[in-house]
Amino acid sequence: MPYDAAMSSLAARNEATPSLLPPAFADWFAARGWQPRVHQLAVLEAAARGDSCLVIAPTGGGKTLAGFLPSLVDLATHGGGNGLHTLYVSPLKALTVDIKRNLETPVAEMKLKLRLEARTGDTPSHRRQRQRRDPPDILLTTPESLALLLSYPDAGRIFGNLRYVVADELHAMAGTKRGDQLALGMARLSALAPGHRRIGLSATVAEPEKLEGYLGPAGKVSRVIGRGGVKPDIRILVSGERVPWAGHTARHAFGELYDTIRVNETTLVFVNTRSQAELIFQELWKLNEDALPIALHHGSLSVEGRRKVEAAMTRGDLRAVVCTSTLDLGVDWGAVDLVVQVGAPKGISRMLQRIGRSNHRMDAPSRALLVPANRFELLECRAALEAIDAGRLDGAPREEGGLDVLAQHILGTAASGPFDPAALYEEVVSAPPYAGLDRALFDRVVEYVATGGYALRAYDRYKRLYAMPDGRLRIANERVAHQFRMNVGTIVEEPMLKVRRRRGRELGEIEEYYVMGLEPGATFLFAGRIWKLEGIRDNEVIVSPAKSDTAQVPVYGGGKFPPTTNVAEHLRAIIADPARRRRLPPDVQEWLRIQEYRSVLPRPGELLVETFPRSKKHYLVCYPFEGRPAHQTLGMLLTRRMQREGLGPLGFMCNDYALAIWSLRPVTNPDPLFDEDMLGDDLEEWMAESSLLKRTFRNVGIVAGLIERRHPGREKNGRQVTFSSDLLYDVLRRYEPDHVLLQATRREAAGGLLDVRRLGDMLARVKGRIVLKELERVSPLAVPIMLEISKQMVGGDAEEDLLAEAEDTLVAEATRLL
Amino acid sequence: MILNGVTLQPDVSGGLYWAERGLFVVADMHLEKGSSYAAKGQLLPPYDSRATLAILSEALARLKPEVVICLGDSFHDRDAAHRLDDDARAMLGALVAGRHWFWIAGNHDPLPPADLAGSCVEALAVGPLEFRHEPAARPAPGEICGHLHPCATVRVRGRGLRRRCFVTDGRRMVMPAFGAYTGGLDIFEPALSGLFPGGFETWVVGREKVRPVKPGHLSVPARLAHTNGAGKSAAPTGRDPR
Repeated sequence: MPYDAAMSSLAARNEATPSLLPPAFADWFAARGWQPRVHQLAVLEAAARGDSCLVIAPTGGGKTLAGFLPSLVDLATHGGGNGLHTLYVSPLKALTVDIKRNLETPVAEMKLKLRLEARTGDTPSHRRQRQRRDPPDILLTTPESLALLLSYPDAGRIFGNLRYVVADELHAMAGTKRGDQLALGMARLSALAPGHRRIGLSATVAEPEKLEGYLGPAGKVSRVIGRGGVKPDIRILVSGERVPWAGHTARHAFGELYDTIRVNETTLVFVNTRSQAELIFQELWKLNEDALPIALHHGSLSVEGRRKVEAAMTRGDLRAVVCTSTLDLGVDWGAVDLVVQVGAPKGISRMLQRIGRSNHRMDAPSRALLVPANRFELLECRAALEAIDAGRLDGAPREEGGLDVLAQHILGTAASGPFDPAALYEEVVSAPPYAGLDRALFDRVVEYVATGGYALRAYDRYKRLYAMPDGRLRIANERVAHQFRMNVGTIVEEPMLKVRRRRGRELGEIEEYYVMGLEPGATFLFAGRIWKLEGIRDNEVIVSPAKSDTAQVPVYGGGKFPPTTNVAEHLRAIIADPARRRRLPPDVQEWLRIQEYRSVLPRPGELLVETFPRSKKHYLVCYPFEGRPAHQTLGMLLTRRMQREGLGPLGFMCNDYALAIWSLRPVTNPDPLFDEDMLGDDLEEWMAESSLLKRTFRNVGIVAGLIERRHPGREKNGRQVTFSSDLLYDVLRRYEPDHVLLQATRREAAGGLLDVRRLGDMLARVKGRIVLKELERVSPLAVPIMLEISKQMVGGDAEEDLLAEAEDTLVAEATRLL
Repeated sequence: MILNGVTLQPDVSGGLYWAERGLFVVADMHLEKGSSYAAKGQLLPPYDSRATLAILSEALARLKPEVVICLGDSFHDRDAAHRLDDDARAMLGALVAGRHWFWIAGNHDPLPPADLAGSCVEALAVGPLEFRHEPAARPAPGEICGHLHPCATVRVRGRGLRRRCFVTDGRRMVMPAFGAYTGGLDIFEPALSGLFPGGFETWVVGREKVRPVKPGHLSVPARLAHTNGAGKSAAPTGRDPR
């Protein structure tokens, strides 16, 4: 991006004359016809007071320059060359490089004598070594690279003169494992460079005080709020045709989507899954009579391919990019004038982040278009708009720091030198995600790091940490430190395989589990086309172009994130409120009206449970709107109970909005069935067996260093003499169910894949407020989930026909008034 | 299951029972695999030996065989027998006591566990059957071996379930690995399927019983499929030998 375009948006017109700004800076601003913004100066003032600072401003608000101003001013005044002065941490490698480029211009123009370097996993090793020996004044890096730097014995020397830490996109890191890692890393920095100050940069968040915790103790962090942009202009696309009953593709709206792209300069089309991105990209090209340059961007495409798209965007060569969360964050593209979200947005923060990718001029609103794929998604889009209007942002999804991340941090700390457990404990609890960690649990994690933490003390001779006479712990040997450095990081990627054309170029990467489920000859969508799977050779998936134009292999179409509690609340409120229902599209209104007539619409706080017979089975459908993970858990637990009560449950199906269970005998009394006590033994028992828990265990095990990461290109082909994490899990659960890693796994699953916490809140909320409707046939509200059931049960080529047929019958049945 | 005219009973534990002779066979227990990794810095849960021995002990208590044959790689490495903790050692001692126990040498444990009871042999012939660790290049009819840790992926309703299995063509058999941490090799890997040029039967170890699974229900990993015209033939498919 041309530098001027970026910086022009930083300038404001008539703000107070800067007093803290050295003449060189004031001249530089003036030479460009700019003045520093109020929040940029406020950051300088906070720094002058010795405070840390949280800068909350929308994208394009000059936030980045604000973050660096205190450093640049200090370096300009006192000179550089005294070791590492400022550390910048960003969640994206690409951002470190981009920010470096953007800073180089003012540094050069003001003739500041300082060194500015990026350091990520991509930095060549000779440069990384030189950076350790002779650190630059400003280093731009990621949480992982910071953790690595902290693990070297010379960490104290590298960071000893550190004055500033600038943490970018803090809102996107807080509440994730990378945020945990960053928080622990910053706690470490407090010990190594006690006087340093921190500047956090964030988009608008619901609870800024939580982010301030990352930056320093209460009272020592100033909050600087940049001028908000103009309220975004968000619309919902209701296609001329009817809103579909079910499905996730939004295929009905592709024509209008294409027309929208045609009349805008540059459009970013966000979707929730990679497969959806593939599908929309392909369909848009079928419609693309004008041959508009439309590109595709998602996490499985090759890095090279993604860089090409990004570069084309930067040059302004593209009219649209269909993308997934890979473009949620990143380099600013001034030219984007419309953001489209296909499928429900799921969360307000996420949606605002995406919308913020359009129009970085402060005086014009960002424009966004939401394209719901079905009726419930339409309700969800409305709920999201209401939440935005009411200024209701999503709360933090997760509060407790991961014990696996802590284990990694402890090992990294030991790798840099002996540590005193009591002192490290104090340091760790100063990091907000670990503020509630008690000493006993901390000690168990230390014990895990040292010996594996097994009650059977079998590994004393293989200890990774040894106690020294003074009580400090030191690392056993260099090999352990090396293992730590190979495993550092909290992102556990699904094992990926490269996809390559037969005798041709590489197309990208695909999840191993996905391909392992396919037989040769199967056709699937990838990189915007349909391919035939030839086979897998030397850990590469070999494909050739498919002749047919439909892919055989369907994938789950919804996203992996459930609607946030915030969005869900608004959604339930819309359904419960006749006035708000009247603002919905006619066919959706009609749908709800017939539902009211045939069954009932739940009032606030109620949970509607419907039962009806169909095809010699009895169905129970309920509508908690708590998202797929929570519903999945609820479905498992309810079917267990129904089994015990002799109701003969046969299966269940859920989506983000509803859960359906079918059984041999009908449910007549739902109250005891939905009692909260299901979260006791039944849950424990089921969780233990759940494949989701095993997957969580694998991730926890990798982060905690129990299982070594697989490094691409190092796997042996064919016979891999290895062990599976599932086997470890089974044995550990049987012989040491209280092991700290199992505890970490349960903690994580409860909030993540199983969403037990949310389920628990829901069960408590609806207790005594369950409304049972015993119907003779399917209700309108139940149609979408029933359609998903029939889709799942058929399969093969005739799927679409069967689906259409099923839809007609179900809809007729549901909407028949008598 | 019939091998070289002998009726054998694959057991849900992963072992094989020859009722007529009161003989029980297990392959590839890999005892102390956990501690072997621990020595290299990966502190895996140290419970694999007792988990493996618990399953063995349950099977022996149920079937009460007079003869037990361990088909090699019973210990994960040469020192593994010494690393067994007291409980596991006592457990193993109790199992061996009062039985004819044969330790066949494996590639991981070529030396006999000197301080444990039982006879150490390279291979063993009993009636029409021959027991050895690795499959022989020119197998005698009735060969039963381990070493390869066969696993199969069974396709059920669009899902692939990967399980340990017995593989046989009626003339020779490869047994599944018995150890708690032992991984597996897909039966369509040439190292395994190549042993059965005329096709094979697969008996999959489930939670409740061992089930024969028809070749049509097994999925060939894409990795093993034919990827180009040059060179070798397509992956063999499991065919019913009858």
